[in-house]
Amino acid sequence: MGLLELKNVSKTFGQGINKNEVLSDINLSVEDGEFVAIVGFSGSGKTTLINLINGLLFPDNGEVLLNGAPITGPGPDRGMIFQNYSLLPWLSVYSNVKLAVDEVFRKLSKKEKDAHIRKYIDMVNLTPAVDKKPSELSGGMRQRVSVARTLAINPSILLMDEPLSALDALTRGTLQQEILKIWNHEKKTVILITNDVDEGILMADRIIPLTPGPKATLGPEFKVTIERPRDVTQLNQNPEYKRLRNDILEYLIDVGATRKQVSDQKYILPELKPVMPGRVVFGSRRKKEAVKYF
Amino acid sequence: MKNKSIKTLKFIGLGFLEPLIHIIDGEERRKNATRFIKGALLPLVSIFLFIFLWHQGAMALYNSEANDRIEKARTEQGEQAALDMKACIASGEVSCQPNTLPSPAKVYQAYIALWQDHLNISEKKSEFKDKVAATNAQREAQGLDPITYTGRPSFLDQIGTSLKTVAAGFLLAMLIAVPIGIVIGLSDSLRTAFNWLIQIFKPVSPVVWLLLVFMVVKTVITDPSIDKSFIISSISVGLCAMWATLVNTSMGVSSVDKDYLNVAKVLKLNIGQNIFKIVLPASLPLIFTGLRITVSVAWMVLIAIELLAQSPGLGSFVWEEFQNGANDSNAKIIVAMFVIGIIGFILDRIMLSVQNLMTFNKGIA
Repeated sequence: MGLLELKNVSKTFGQGINKNEVLSDINLSVEDGEFVAIVGFSGSGKTTLINLINGLLFPDNGEVLLNGAPITGPGPDRGMIFQNYSLLPWLSVYSNVKLAVDEVFRKLSKKEKDAHIRKYIDMVNLTPAVDKKPSELSGGMRQRVSVARTLAINPSILLMDEPLSALDALTRGTLQQEILKIWNHEKKTVILITNDVDEGILMADRIIPLTPGPKATLGPEFKVTIERPRDVTQLNQNPEYKRLRNDILEYLIDVGATRKQVSDQKYILPELKPVMPGRVVFGSRRKKEAVKYF
Repeated sequence: MKNKSIKTLKFIGLGFLEPLIHIIDGEERRKNATRFIKGALLPLVSIFLFIFLWHQGAMALYNSEANDRIEKARTEQGEQAALDMKACIASGEVSCQPNTLPSPAKVYQAYIALWQDHLNISEKKSEFKDKVAATNAQREAQGLDPITYTGRPSFLDQIGTSLKTVAAGFLLAMLIAVPIGIVIGLSDSLRTAFNWLIQIFKPVSPVVWLLLVFMVVKTVITDPSIDKSFIISSISVGLCAMWATLVNTSMGVSSVDKDYLNVAKVLKLNIGQNIFKIVLPASLPLIFTGLRITVSVAWMVLIAIELLAQSPGLGSFVWEEFQNGANDSNAKIIVAMFVIGIIGFILDRIMLSVQNLMTFNKGIA
């Protein structure tokens, strides 16, 4: 049995005519220390899925189990890295991390806390910006603060919701390497949500596609057996990488195409006849009257 | 040094002086001169234009009333009386001056007179203090209240009283509105419950609040030694002005970014920490916007309330001058008008600076 298990999970939003079945019949098992990437189209319910795991949402059907016990709400044991960083803009980098550390390690002395905070800020190479406010940082730096904040509370599972999708390609590459380095060092269980197949192959042990919504579900998993550490430039030459990338993309395009067929409804348009100026027909008498427009 | 002074200027709302600093520094003189003319000289020009128009208007009104008086004397008392009246008006005799909108020069004279009056009164006050110093020491030794100066307050004293009333009212408004606003903002059902009451009380006129407060205070405070008029007017000011803060606070608290709340949830902050570490800091900008509106509303309703509550201050000064009907009363009222306007402007600037201090850059968080 895995560390985290989702059994027949489904989630619906709204009711009546606005009912939107986002996820249905999701089954997932994640082992301790595994790096799993969930890849899917935008709007397919990826964020909903990760919110079910972090406890911000609850499933309508099925259950989400952590160490065999159902999840009752959010908690610091599942560290969450949000897509939009979610830093508190009125706090400095240090205080943003401190807020989390204060909450989770209440028993530590002031000195120990300080050392702990500085260690994680250093880990993401932000020591020079320790007293800056989020508004003074670039997007990549902000996401690094978010990473430091999440790692500092020492979660057993790290959840990442498209953490790098808002960044430019260069920053993205560096942060990918940094996250991998930290993961290698801390050996945490990671669930990464992404819309970038290459990112998934570079980082994860397993890639699981999420079919397009509504009623999104997990597709067949793709194991990434490429040896670590993986280098982006070498990866491009790797035949295994090419095969995997093709397979996943093919699968995603296939399910994307079927989605299109499913939603290919016929729209019956009302029959409209143009009204000619100067000829207005009145109800029962059907008398033709000239209307002067000018 | 230069950047620092520019920053300070901007912070206290004197940003229009910035080009002047650049000019002194010798930076792009032409461009900065244009900027300075636009920012500082144009407002001055408009003020001079205003004073000129005012002067012309006041002159026209003065002449019109003078003619009326002469005409009246002629029809009622004959030609000789009309000539006498004309001579009297021309001589500047106080008894026959037309009583109308005063000209800027007269207002300035009234201002000087008020200032002189203040100096006289403060001199009298200090004399009185010296005189009773020995007696007061004795009385204090015997456990009695000291004798205080009970003469007429000067214009500056009135301003002081008004500021005190507004400060008390503002503090009251803040102490009531911010906590209630937070509580209402946190709970959807409370917000729905109180919404109607707030919407109904918000537009109620200051006068009605005053009467309401009067009814209550009159019953609650029976001790004649307590200054009731100050209490009544400050409470009324507070009640009139608190609605902006209340509405803004509850709106700020209820519209805290969901991302911040998610952070709180993931960290499992308890409710107190959630309020003090996430909700309050996130809604501070809106709360301070509300407080700024509250200050300006408080200062605006103060005059009307003081006028009715008979509590000392600028409002009663205006009212007394109006009832007084002396030769320079109208001019004094206009002096009071400008003082009220300028103090209101300064208060607003102070609140703006505080607000800027509290605002974080939310857009790029």
